[in-house]
Amino acid sequence: MSVLWLRVALGCYAVGLLYALVALTRTAELLNRIALHAAYLGMVFHFVSLVEAFLQSGAMASVHNAESVLGFLIMVIFLLVYLVYQTTSLGIVVFPLVFLLTFIAATGEAPFLLTSDGMRTGWLVAHIALIFTGYAALVLSFGASLLYLVEERALKSKQSSGRLSRLPALEVIDEIGFRSLLLGFPFMTLGLIAGTVVAQSTFGRVNPFDPKILLSILMWTVYVILLYTRWSAGWRGRRAAYLVASAFGFALIAWAANYFSPFHGFARL
Amino acid sequence: MTFQLLGVNHKTAPVEVRERLAIPESRLAEALRRFIQHPGVEEGMILSTCNRVELLARTPNEGADLRGFLGDYWRVDRSLVDPHLYEYRERDAIRHLFRVTSSLDSMVVGEAQILGQVKDAYATARAVGAVNSQMDQLLTRAFAVAKRVRTETAVGSSAVSVASVAVELAKKIFGSLNGKQVYLVGAGKMTELAARHLVAHGASSIFVANRTYDRAIRLAQKFNGQAIEFSRLYETCDRADIIITSTGSPHAIFRREHGELFLSRRKNRPMFFIDIAVPRDVDPEINKLDGIFVYDMDDLQQAVDSHVADRKTEAEKAESIIDTEVERFQTRLQTLDLVPTIVSLQDHLESIRQAEMDRVRAKLGPLSAEQQLAIEALTRGIVNKIMHTHISTLKTAVRDSEATTVVEIVRRLFNLGGKKGERNGGGA
Repeated sequence: MSVLWLRVALGCYAVGLLYALVALTRTAELLNRIALHAAYLGMVFHFVSLVEAFLQSGAMASVHNAESVLGFLIMVIFLLVYLVYQTTSLGIVVFPLVFLLTFIAATGEAPFLLTSDGMRTGWLVAHIALIFTGYAALVLSFGASLLYLVEERALKSKQSSGRLSRLPALEVIDEIGFRSLLLGFPFMTLGLIAGTVVAQSTFGRVNPFDPKILLSILMWTVYVILLYTRWSAGWRGRRAAYLVASAFGFALIAWAANYFSPFHGFARL
Repeated sequence: MTFQLLGVNHKTAPVEVRERLAIPESRLAEALRRFIQHPGVEEGMILSTCNRVELLARTPNEGADLRGFLGDYWRVDRSLVDPHLYEYRERDAIRHLFRVTSSLDSMVVGEAQILGQVKDAYATARAVGAVNSQMDQLLTRAFAVAKRVRTETAVGSSAVSVASVAVELAKKIFGSLNGKQVYLVGAGKMTELAARHLVAHGASSIFVANRTYDRAIRLAQKFNGQAIEFSRLYETCDRADIIITSTGSPHAIFRREHGELFLSRRKNRPMFFIDIAVPRDVDPEINKLDGIFVYDMDDLQQAVDSHVADRKTEAEKAESIIDTEVERFQTRLQTLDLVPTIVSLQDHLESIRQAEMDRVRAKLGPLSAEQQLAIEALTRGIVNKIMHTHISTLKTAVRDSEATTVVEIVRRLFNLGGKKGERNGGGA
């Protein structure tokens, strides 16, 4: 059943995806509203799917599917941004990504069920929840910096009217990106700490050169640099976008590292 | 019943004629009272703005002599005014009113002011009782149409002057202009105008630097701003989010190195240069720096031009909305028009009377001519008595906002047929 609900949610997100594609070429007020409602509906089904998977596996620390959780959290933050800034422009970046994540989750053959004893500790739940929230915030921030670059280019080339006219103001986009980043940082940091605790208690000594750990540290470092340069020199726009993009890149590789890290893999634990 | 409209506007009449006809607000109520006393005017409204003077009236089918009122009230030489007048009736009058209210007939198509002006004129006319039934519905509809045009087309959304484009761009960069600092370099008329627009949209403090310090002080005072000596320009400029420059300098005042300096002092917060000087005060190289946006006179003018073109296409969409709305209102009016309903009601009852008479005649046997007449008079009397109550009820009901429903109910009650029939039958 859980996968069924997830597929319904996928259908709803597909409407959002359609919006994102259309929004690139023209502005459509009606579609904007439809997309938003589809997104709400998708989130409800998505939530149901997650709860059901959680109940089904019976264990406290069961995660039906990592991609599914991440997709859901991204939508939550997207919605928060909408509530504060009344803009769906980030949807251009968010919808394709969430659709992709949900698609992987909905069509994946075997869900990653976490069943071993080591996984049932509260630390692990904390680790997963925190890190994923951090990831979701990073994704939003990445989306915002892409929009920033697009709009900055349009303003500089004096083409600001027309199809880009519905984007929020440059400073508003900047604020969305920076706030997402600020929101994500404590989650990411605490998530990594919780992860360290889990690893220590499960494996004893941990190899610091394990790809997963190395990439996570790299990602976190870029994150810190990002916040520092913003705070001290007000870096934004292109430079900030490059940094967010690289943090996002490391996050992606770190995610992928689950498939080849000798000790950190959803399936193996 | 018909609507009739007579007027002049900026397209048909020069300002000398318009100002001759304009009615100041203080005298509008009195003018309206005289207007509805004019023969044939059942309801009336007068719209007087700087671009147009229009008389709108509900008149009997044969119309009223509105030009006569023009002559009476203004005591102008008719030959002077007549060539500039336009006069519309019925459908054309409705369309004209819808177009005016939706700002399609304005000098700057899409400007929002006209709707407020029509609303004021309507309020005054209502207050003196010049507008009560059908005109009321016409105007309510006109406001709804204006709203529809505004929400469904972009006819009023884009800025069409250099100053308003500058404001629009500033909003595109900063979002809200609240608390933004504006720096004027050079104290010309154009900078003042642009600054006024920015302040009207929320920009807070104003700094003015000018080579002649006195003029800087004078301009700064107008905005409650701060005058700054020209020699301190570079050290103070980084305070400003928006810089408007229009000096007569033959060389660029702001070059790339200045931009870099400002940015580092401002921790890279964005800056917006509006350069309305020719030759330009801002080196275009600065535009290449991240976070600085430079628009010169040509860029602004280009934006204005493209907006004007946008408005044209949007205005076409608006015209088609108005076409459908005029059609809809016409249909509604016909339902409201009582004549066809009363005529068919009379026909209906008369045919019942005739049928009953024919049926009973045979049973009564031979009748004298007097008896014949008496029966005719009796039956006709009954029918007329019944009719009388219905018709007066209908006549009062039609002044209501729910008139359409009442008329509909009567039609259905007596099975008087669909709308098509009534259109043919009526003399509207």
